[in-house]
Amino acid sequence: MSFLELRQLRKTYADGTEAVKSIDFAANAGEFIVLLGPSGCGKTTTLRMIAGLETPTGGWITIGGRDVTRLSPVERDVGFVFQFYALYPHMTVRQNIAFPLDAVGTRRTVRDAMVEAVAGGMGLGGLLDRYPPQLSGGDQQRVSLARAIVRKPRVWLMDEPLGTLDADQRLGMREFIRARQQEMRVTTIYVTHDQEEAMSLADRIVVMHGGEIPQVGPPADVYDRPASLFVASFVGSPGMNFIPGEAQASAFVPAGGHARIPISRSLPPGALTLGVRPEYVCEAADGPIAGRVVLDEYQGAFRIVHVDAGFAHNLVMRVPAAGDQQTKIVGRQVRLGFDPAHTRFFASGSGRSV
Amino acid sequence: MHGDAFLKLENVSVAYGRVQALRKVSLDIGGDELVVVLGPTGAGKTTLLRTIAGLETPHEGRIAMGRQDIVRDSPAARDVAIVFQDFSLYPNWTVRANLEFPLRAPGRRLTQDEIDRRVAWAAGILKIEHLLDRRSVRLSGGEMQRVAIGRAIVRRPRIFLMDEPLTNLDAKLREALRVELVCLRRELKTPMLFVTHDQVEALSMGDRVVVLSEGRILQAGTPREIYDRPVSPVVARQIGQPAINLLPVRLADGWWVTASGVPVAPADGAADGEMILGIRPEHISTAGGNHAATVRVVENMGPMKILLADWAGTDVHIIASGGNMGICPGDVIYPKIDANHVLLWPKE
Repeated sequence: MSFLELRQLRKTYADGTEAVKSIDFAANAGEFIVLLGPSGCGKTTTLRMIAGLETPTGGWITIGGRDVTRLSPVERDVGFVFQFYALYPHMTVRQNIAFPLDAVGTRRTVRDAMVEAVAGGMGLGGLLDRYPPQLSGGDQQRVSLARAIVRKPRVWLMDEPLGTLDADQRLGMREFIRARQQEMRVTTIYVTHDQEEAMSLADRIVVMHGGEIPQVGPPADVYDRPASLFVASFVGSPGMNFIPGEAQASAFVPAGGHARIPISRSLPPGALTLGVRPEYVCEAADGPIAGRVVLDEYQGAFRIVHVDAGFAHNLVMRVPAAGDQQTKIVGRQVRLGFDPAHTRFFASGSGRSV
Repeated sequence: MHGDAFLKLENVSVAYGRVQALRKVSLDIGGDELVVVLGPTGAGKTTLLRTIAGLETPHEGRIAMGRQDIVRDSPAARDVAIVFQDFSLYPNWTVRANLEFPLRAPGRRLTQDEIDRRVAWAAGILKIEHLLDRRSVRLSGGEMQRVAIGRAIVRRPRIFLMDEPLTNLDAKLREALRVELVCLRRELKTPMLFVTHDQVEALSMGDRVVVLSEGRILQAGTPREIYDRPVSPVVARQIGQPAINLLPVRLADGWWVTASGVPVAPADGAADGEMILGIRPEHISTAGGNHAATVRVVENMGPMKILLADWAGTDVHIIASGGNMGICPGDVIYPKIDANHVLLWPKE
């Protein structure tokens, strides 16, 4: 049952910039939706329109079946977390977190218990009597997040709430937000440019690009069956490998190359781009692609190996960082192959999946 | 350790008033090395760069570059280039003017031909030729950081000092520029000190990684050494994502046993008493063990899943990949630690 709906929602600025071009999507009650895209894709503008901080130039927003397009932010009953914390400097951390509860007249004992519970869960228990200017940026960010999720509004709206945290704090915060959201069942719209955050948090990801929505789906769908070249490259770290070329009989032939890559399905004629994720590319003595290793990025549990195979972009493989092997592989000639079951194809012109 | 160290710091200490920002830091950087300094906010990373650049004066210790003591040298005389996190370009100047600026510094006396040649060379390497006549306010974040890097390389400095240059960029752009920076440096053969709080950057970029905490170096080594053999639980937790699992254990009947009495790994007898056992999430398998765990959170990361499970009275992170990707919250699994990858430290 959809709870929050955007219909033909549009935002065109006075200078003609189309930040959001007539988008539609619906979030179910209690669902965690992540708006994912690069800077300038319209994701923050969309979030701000849901919050009531920007006026749409077209379309409707409904929450719980009611049209809120013309309502003030307060009337919409949404909780908002910005990327940049806006705390009251003259109030303690405790008072800051309690603020939204006081605003709706929560009983003191209940309020104090709620503040303690959230602060404890976020590792802020020891900071409750400090003032924001005494805290590090990361701690201020967590206080601002705590203030937003202490209460149960109809919708939580979060704009890159982990943006300023150090990498080592992010995973813990991510798990906390997810657990809190599942416990409270608050419908959540979360904006980020970080595909890893989107993959790990979302029930469904709404990918945005150039003010449009190229794909909506659960993380596994968006990852395994990207609807376009853009989605395939943006989701995944590193993104999908692309090889432009065309289908000939039962093989895919890369442009300007002699390789013939076996395929397991029929493909339309014309210029196509083959896509394969880095974890499905492997070294194979009889592989159809020959190349030279140009970069080896060690990442602890695995390595990202870049291979120049004469295509427009280097091919990238993700391989386990095996044993105690320390050999330098940069400069080595390799043959590569991949499982036809894990290849995707896109029309080179439109970029759409075929 | 590096006989041919290009930059050498010996027992360098810096204080701001009563706050000790660097405490007896000793560090060598080879003439063709990329050294990454990894540490959380406030560890002293930026102070270290500023001290090498001559923007801070140490109250003790020596800094030598190419065998010459430079502690008394002015920033200009040191001939180092810094790239900052916030780009710091002149917003109303064109990209070309920004790139030319360091070449027009008093005392450089380069001909216009030479300046043009260098700007064209840097713009070519960084693929910003088409932006040369654009004003920097009109650039995207990624383009601005490319120009900032360009401004550092046109000078052909003796060393590059990079202060979290990728931190303010989108995740995708960060990934792409990281690769470009490594390739660029390899081409230029100029040493680089790269400061970051991002362990992925440290592991993948560094020839060596220096782990800094509260102004002290906790460990220095190759990325692999730091990842596989961290000297302490503090270092171990700084590197690897998700972070390493740390379990307090004691020895009983030839096994390491958790506080709740669960034997988690065989002991080889080399250590005794109360210990901290470290095991990375990719070295715990989801089956084959004798004690059940309940999966609480499953994070889908694409090629793998990160599981958070209640096991042996504590929370553990486990990386599941391949055939174990179907695990869901609420499932019961039987984790097994790979004994070959167990790390042990005495309990503090």
